[in-house]
Amino acid sequence: MKRVSKFYLALIYIFLYAPILVMIVLSFNASKNRNVWSGFTFKWYAELFHNQIVLESLGNTLLIACIAAVASTVVGTAAAVGINSFRRHVRNAILNVTYMPMINPEIVTGVSLMLLYVFLGVKFGFLTLLYSHITFCLPYVILSVLPKLRQVDPNIYDAALDLGCTPVHAFWKVILPQIMPGVFSGFLMSFTYSLDDFVISYFTNGATSQTLPITIYSMTRRKVSPEINALSTILFLVVFTLLIIINLRGRNPKKKKRSA
Amino acid sequence: MFKSRLSAAPYLLWMGIFIIAPLLLVCYFAFTDASGSFTLANIQGLTAHVDVLLRSLWLAAVATVICLVLGYPVAYILSRAEEGQQRIFLMLCLLPMWMNFLLRTYAWMTLLENNGLINRFFGLFGLGPFEMINTQGAVVLGMVYNYLPFMIMPLYSIMVKIENSTIQAAQDLGANGVQVLFKVVLPLSVPGITSGVIMVFVPAISTFIISKMLGGGSNLLIGDLIELQFLGNAYNPHLGAAMSLVLMIIILLCLGFLNYFGDEDATREAIL
Amino acid sequence: MKRLLAAFGAVLVALMIPVSALAEETQFDYSQSEYDYTRFAGQGVSINVYNWGEYISDGEEGALDTNREFEALTGIKVNYTTFATNEELYAKLKSGGSDYDIIIPSDYMVSKMINEGMLEPLDYGNIPNFQYIDEAYRNLEYDPENRYTVPYTWGTVGIIYNTTMVEGEIDSWDALWDEQYKGNMLMFGNSRDAFAIAQSRLGIPYNSTDKDDYRRAADELIKQKPLVQAYVMDQIYDKMEGGEAALAPYYAGDAIVMMEGNPDLAFVVPKEGANLFVDAICIPKGCQNKEAAEMYINFLSEPQVAAANIEYIGYSTPSSAAFALLDEETQNNPVIYPPEETLAKCQAFRSLPDDVNLYMDSLWTEIMSTGTGKNNLMGIFIGCGVVVVIVVLVVLATIRKKKRESMY
Repeated sequence: MKRVSKFYLALIYIFLYAPILVMIVLSFNASKNRNVWSGFTFKWYAELFHNQIVLESLGNTLLIACIAAVASTVVGTAAAVGINSFRRHVRNAILNVTYMPMINPEIVTGVSLMLLYVFLGVKFGFLTLLYSHITFCLPYVILSVLPKLRQVDPNIYDAALDLGCTPVHAFWKVILPQIMPGVFSGFLMSFTYSLDDFVISYFTNGATSQTLPITIYSMTRRKVSPEINALSTILFLVVFTLLIIINLRGRNPKKKKRSA
Repeated sequence: MFKSRLSAAPYLLWMGIFIIAPLLLVCYFAFTDASGSFTLANIQGLTAHVDVLLRSLWLAAVATVICLVLGYPVAYILSRAEEGQQRIFLMLCLLPMWMNFLLRTYAWMTLLENNGLINRFFGLFGLGPFEMINTQGAVVLGMVYNYLPFMIMPLYSIMVKIENSTIQAAQDLGANGVQVLFKVVLPLSVPGITSGVIMVFVPAISTFIISKMLGGGSNLLIGDLIELQFLGNAYNPHLGAAMSLVLMIIILLCLGFLNYFGDEDATREAIL
Repeated sequence: MKRLLAAFGAVLVALMIPVSALAEETQFDYSQSEYDYTRFAGQGVSINVYNWGEYISDGEEGALDTNREFEALTGIKVNYTTFATNEELYAKLKSGGSDYDIIIPSDYMVSKMINEGMLEPLDYGNIPNFQYIDEAYRNLEYDPENRYTVPYTWGTVGIIYNTTMVEGEIDSWDALWDEQYKGNMLMFGNSRDAFAIAQSRLGIPYNSTDKDDYRRAADELIKQKPLVQAYVMDQIYDKMEGGEAALAPYYAGDAIVMMEGNPDLAFVVPKEGANLFVDAICIPKGCQNKEAAEMYINFLSEPQVAAANIEYIGYSTPSSAAFALLDEETQNNPVIYPPEETLAKCQAFRSLPDDVNLYMDSLWTEIMSTGTGKNNLMGIFIGCGVVVVIVVLVVLATIRKKKRESMY
């Protein structure tokens, strides 16, 4: 790469990583005051792991992300197959509605879901969060499965039928393996979006189940404890490792295909 | 081909309850008062907040332009890098995005404060302190920082498709740098630009956290105003619904406008 | 994918272990109290507590962890969440669908909620520790027959200021309109407290029902806006302790905690008078576990718990038994327990009529959305210009280099 480009990229990366770096450094600062460095400590990490509210909300976040991702993957994949069977203009109409949660500002989706739960008299809590997460995850699954579905060669499916498969059997044996990459990326996307969502959760959470982003928000609104820096550092490391693992896996596309 | 319309049924039901019904409720609330009777007062009440709306539009537009200007070369450089480098550099670009945005914005608070690190750095040279936090500039900075990867991603995915040979052909035919940029690279990357602009502009105009954390409450945006009506200090869900409705319409108009220029399918592809 | 799911499963299991293994010993001894705290133990009962931020002793630096203590004592699980302002609490409850068992609003919000039928009458037979509440804090105006509330704390509002950043003594609300502190002051991020300050300055009673009075107060706040650095609630801790701002109005109890963090800070109740508030524990309508919630109220009113709690949060206690347990220095602290002549200047908030409330809300929205005229756009423009030039140069340089390479 040329020198100018390298320099420019370096500037952008400094911009992107400077704040994160600062937080990582501050998470080891013994002093609460962030303008004074008074020694190296793991104290804030220890406190973080004894902070039950943080631990509970982390548990909630993972649980909701798991259930929401699985549910929206199953429903979304089925929906993609169904949508693909409709005639063109029906299909387009459905797709246009499907795009709504994606293009609508998150705050509008959050507010509208909040109004819905109030209208239906559902108590805010774990379930409302789960419903909301499934709602904004579904479009991502559908839109990542549909293109794969269109690429499937109909002749293979017909061949399976000719060889004596029932349509359902042929779907499981022929179509599903071929759309699997789309299903998988839909699942991953749902999972990560659900983990990271703040705005929609903010409007639909209740007393009993807070997700990690909500807890972080209430931490930023209060007297600040360096625990929040420790939390950022841990999250950053987790994401970093995950991305490296995914990247290494992605390097062997052949192997991946076979195992899928 | 395998056909089963029935398998879409659960989703269609879900869509009806969780996408269509809530939006209808927003409309219903926007046109009723606390007693449930029809009124236009909420919509009329919006006229008092036109300046907030304009401010949101303006700040979001500035942030989008800065993102585009900053992100475009990044995407181009990445797309011209060797395969192995591309992967790593792209990953490095997207990595901050997967960290919770509240934490990232919070980190900027630490940096921008009057006694923050940046001002202390300038202080070493006898400069400042500069007033950075609680200004519109800080809000725009927060938007750019948070949404820059959203701009780089679609731009990159369009630009890798531009063959090096295309650019070389233009150069062989005598085009200089400016001409290559404006006649070849830019036109070919228009779909990426449109989807990048959408992906930055939409969250930027509706944000309420960034302005709250970095803007100090004097730089209220439309998102803050909505939040204020639902969960904040001025409880009035009817006015809030009217604001949401208007925000939604503005964004749909912007999208329609952009789609008019861009290739819709390519945009959708890039979003994914 | 199976492996991925298995990994998530393992993480979840790992998370459950520390949570279930938390059945610790209690910090205090409750055996002398005749109250049966263990009658819900092992039944999987939980209560949802909605409190102000920074308003309970949470175990930091060896202090009492109130909620854990309650869980260890009773076996009832506490889901603890926080709000920043009375109005936020009201919005959350009013919009419906929330299921809180314990809330702690301030006086005026209590009476508003009582008027709107949002609170559940308490069974004081189940809260014997109410006996420790000082006579002066029973049957107050917001709950005249004391059927709905047990007072939690009380205190005053005043100005907290950094003695190294202001000149001389601050003794008047006028300081918050003083040009010399432009960009150096913080302001309340909630309507009622903010209006009260403008009202004190204008000499309007806090509970006026004349809309014009509120219009005048709002104009005063709009006039003040260009001077204000930020509208905050608990973010004030960080900003005042870190010397980010010179002065700000806030609650005396929090000021005490901030003064511990930064010895340069001082607190004053301005001469025009200020708000005197009582925050009370209530149970909202629709509470699922009223008896367990009342047990929680009783627990908070245990003298040793109340004393440890109040010591940590810095506010003033309405419980005479808890007051007796405090050390002398705290008991004699004029900021926490102000002298009579200071209290005589203060007024309490009362619930306002609906139309006044609605009007105040719309005025607050107006104040919040007013532009400050503070224009940083020039900076943005110059910044943009520089960036554009650099970027264009970079792009051109990149492309030109390529041309040269391809020529070779």
